[in-house]
Amino acid sequence: MKQLQLSPQHVKYLKSKRCRAVGVHLARCAILVGFLLVWELLAQLKVIDVFLTSCPSRVFTTLASMTAEGQLTQHVWASLYETVVGYIIGTALGYVIAIALWWNDTARKIFEPYLVVINSLPKIALGPLIILWAGTGKKSIVVMTVLISVVITAISLMNGFCETDKNKILLMKSMHASKWQTFTKLVAPANLPTLTATLKINVGMSWVGSIMGEYLVSKEGLGYLLVYGSQTFRLDLVMSCTILLCTLAGLMYAAVVALEKLLLRNKY
Amino acid sequence: MQEILKFENVRQVFYTDTQETVAIDNLSFSVNKGEFAALLGPSGCGKTTVLSLICKLLKPTEGKVEILSDNPNAVGYMLQHDHLFGWRTIEKNILLGLEIAGKVTPEQRKYAADLMDKYGLGEFKNHYPAQLSGGMRQRTALIRTLATRPDILLLDEPFSALDYQTRLDVCEDVYSIIKKENKTALLVTHDISEAISLADVIYVLTARPSTLKATHLTNMQHIDSPLKRRESPDFSRQFQLLYNYLNGGDK
Repeated sequence: MKQLQLSPQHVKYLKSKRCRAVGVHLARCAILVGFLLVWELLAQLKVIDVFLTSCPSRVFTTLASMTAEGQLTQHVWASLYETVVGYIIGTALGYVIAIALWWNDTARKIFEPYLVVINSLPKIALGPLIILWAGTGKKSIVVMTVLISVVITAISLMNGFCETDKNKILLMKSMHASKWQTFTKLVAPANLPTLTATLKINVGMSWVGSIMGEYLVSKEGLGYLLVYGSQTFRLDLVMSCTILLCTLAGLMYAAVVALEKLLLRNKY
Repeated sequence: MQEILKFENVRQVFYTDTQETVAIDNLSFSVNKGEFAALLGPSGCGKTTVLSLICKLLKPTEGKVEILSDNPNAVGYMLQHDHLFGWRTIEKNILLGLEIAGKVTPEQRKYAADLMDKYGLGEFKNHYPAQLSGGMRQRTALIRTLATRPDILLLDEPFSALDYQTRLDVCEDVYSIIKKENKTALLVTHDISEAISLADVIYVLTARPSTLKATHLTNMQHIDSPLKRRESPDFSRQFQLLYNYLNGGDK
């Protein structure tokens, strides 16, 4: 950057741009802080019933005491483990299925209606089956997470693969590239943006999978705590878990965005 | 002169649910080593089919397409757009063909590097395509094609995606590189002036089904620049002649 050559108008432009960016950040923080403050204030003034709504200070004490008892780490770890393992397996499996379907046009045509049906099916309906087949442990929850993310991953990646620029494929063919070379040198790198988009979608999908799974069958995890909390009317616990979930999902998403930036840096 | 590419009574038919299209019928022509030939025909006359046949991406329904060379990479195909891969550096793009052929030897690498240096891409080798101008990108595409040392270069309207000014420059550029590297080339185009300014021999094709309508020699080998050829007094005469051919004139 040649800072010295900037005209006064240019400086003004940059300044206003920066002001806007700072403003956006401030507004974001203000909404969060404002929300928590109003929530706490209404609870203190007894406008809302903390038995039903809890309040930030009680959430804080709940989280603090759970941390002290070592419970928090245990439950967070359980949910995080199921989500991340399911996320990785689901995405990887979806990727492999997408390659297979891209590879063979006939296979793609044959499996299309099955994919459509499986994609439309609410995976939670398979819950009872999963429990019978995979048991009542973490395995069931991971299976649920994988099921929820794998189909959508396979479909969106397959569509991406099939929409690779026909002329670039022609170029590869004119160089006598094999199908595998066409995939590794053209189709896979050309669809890196598709992959990162899928990775982002799957963050949400795998949290749905793991929490759903924990609702159905679990002895630990945030989903388990949510159900337990609501059944025993411990709204402090429910709110704490909800807030924790928001934070964890947000962090995971941020990690994926960082990965995306790294992968796509100035190439697409 | 030694022939390098030969079409003999080639017929190509395509089928769809409702119809049968004869894209090429009874087409015969040949390209000699070191020659710059052009196929000139109206839009949709099956030029792309001819190129696919030469690349062996299609098998002719009837007739024979022969490439008289032992080189497995005898044909280098340069498409309408540069089709550089955005995720590869210029150098990596240029090495693509060699990578696919499994021939990235130090010697081949050196050849590619020399080509890059010779044609002003050396200092951009670690850049990404998005950082280069349209003309530079098209030059990269040409060097990518040359890097596999093909015996014949196929140019599929390689300038049509560029604006007019860039087009003239790139045309000049491509012509001089092909001549310096002493390559055989076959240009496929619907642009009459492009064909005259580049080619030694022009094969005029009819509309679908494509057959050979006329063979035209430009006799401008003594003028070594497409731009200068455009200025030659003979240019407009030839243009008129070819224009008549394309628009259904008898001769």
